[in-house]
Amino acid sequence: MSRRLLNFLLPLGTGVLMVGIWYAIRHGLSEDMKFLLPTPDEIWAALAANSESLSRATLNTTKGAVLGFGFAVVISFGLALILSLSNLIRASLYPYLMILQMMPIIVIAPILVLWVGAGLNSVVIITFLICFFPLVVNTTQGLISTDRNLVELFRMYRANRWQETFLLRVPAALPYFFTGLRIAAVLAPIGALVGDYTAGSSAGDGGGLGFQAIIYSSQAKYPALFATAAVTCVLGFVFAGGVHILSWLSLSKWHDSYHRSDT
Amino acid sequence: MSVPPIVAFTNVVKRYGDGPVVLDGVCFDAAPGDFISLIGPSGCGKSTILRLIAGLSPVTSGSLTIDGRTPEAAAAELAFVFQEPTLLPWLNVGHNVEVAQQLRGVPAPARAAARRRALELVRLTGRESAFPRQLSGGQKMRVSLARALTLEPKILLLDEPFGALDEMTREHLNEELLDIRQQQAWTTFFVTHSVAEAVFLSNRIFVMSANPGRIHREVQVDFPYPRTEATRRSRPYHDLVSEVSRLLRSVEST
Repeated sequence: MSRRLLNFLLPLGTGVLMVGIWYAIRHGLSEDMKFLLPTPDEIWAALAANSESLSRATLNTTKGAVLGFGFAVVISFGLALILSLSNLIRASLYPYLMILQMMPIIVIAPILVLWVGAGLNSVVIITFLICFFPLVVNTTQGLISTDRNLVELFRMYRANRWQETFLLRVPAALPYFFTGLRIAAVLAPIGALVGDYTAGSSAGDGGGLGFQAIIYSSQAKYPALFATAAVTCVLGFVFAGGVHILSWLSLSKWHDSYHRSDT
Repeated sequence: MSVPPIVAFTNVVKRYGDGPVVLDGVCFDAAPGDFISLIGPSGCGKSTILRLIAGLSPVTSGSLTIDGRTPEAAAAELAFVFQEPTLLPWLNVGHNVEVAQQLRGVPAPARAAARRRALELVRLTGRESAFPRQLSGGQKMRVSLARALTLEPKILLLDEPFGALDEMTREHLNEELLDIRQQQAWTTFFVTHSVAEAVFLSNRIFVMSANPGRIHREVQVDFPYPRTEATRRSRPYHDLVSEVSRLLRSVEST
């Protein structure tokens, strides 16, 4: 059987198997416990029934995720450029970056609500906080890991700081940058959802998926809750897929990670 | 000598900080068009000589002039080739060849002609859109050489450029280097560990000794250019290789 066919059939088979197990468990549950695990078709029906509120919530969460992720990419890149300038700058700023990463979101959320209000503002900031760290760490690492021989070449030809940064260090850091971007892309929708759950608001735009989850769980609409989870996963796939395509476009022609010969 | 020397070392001493003396009393004049090979044990300062010429580090005492100026002022006359091809992996061959000009501030439209000429010289026309990872070691070295040639330098500094290549590729590239030199008459400083290569390429060989680095002996190579495969098979060539090897052994044993 060809590799390509196998690559397609294997995940399909895994999926069919898992859905089978799902139905089997559900079948095994006693009648009064069946509400604990809705079947895929029930979830699908809930998705259709709540399509209006879910699509509005998805749009709002996407907005929060894209903005938070976008700000994180831009600001982390700028900060990474500054951090890459010297060991001293890194030593003075790294501990505080760690704190940024360690801050518990559920504690920060009410503070943010106090500062910038519940809703999109808070969601964007929380998404930003979650995405920022892997981006800045990876990009900085990339910017300081430039091949020494290439740096020497640039020095020999009297390259100025601008040339050394943008013709050498930045492109050389791209593979690292994309490693950070892949991690952040998966985190962004989750961050937006958590942000919305902890600091969301139905005021104005009607809230996002996190807020929708609160509503469904309070109304005991369990299939709709599962549908919300499924939509979040799809959103995550879209983000991850987008970054993979970007990464492929920027790296596939030259970087070894796209040309491994192992099987 | 009627022509003024293009590179003049007068009693050059070099030490880094308070470290040991790396070069001690180095004196020589290089005439335009000279092909000088530097050979000697590790620590003899051959790479340091290149660094001084490149103006990357000042002489500690003595004087060094390039084309009548300080090395710093003459930096634009130089081009370099290193042991590693040092290509930017994210740029294709064409763009890699243009990098040296780009760093010197040559605007993009003006770079194209020099790029084409250089690629033609190293016989890589048609490979412009290939990426470094698609090239063999020899081809990468050719791209590296082409990048230096786009500058049409007065002085070409080569630091063991073919050291990592297999014997056959190295011999081919040696012949190509001399061919290209017929068309672009640079003065060449060539650091190598291979006596055969030094004899084949140079008109002057500096056999250096270490601790401190000195020019132990200069050997003149009088075989006429162009040199070919036939030169390598000739008796005088073999005799000279043996002589230089003997010199090198005597230096290394002291």
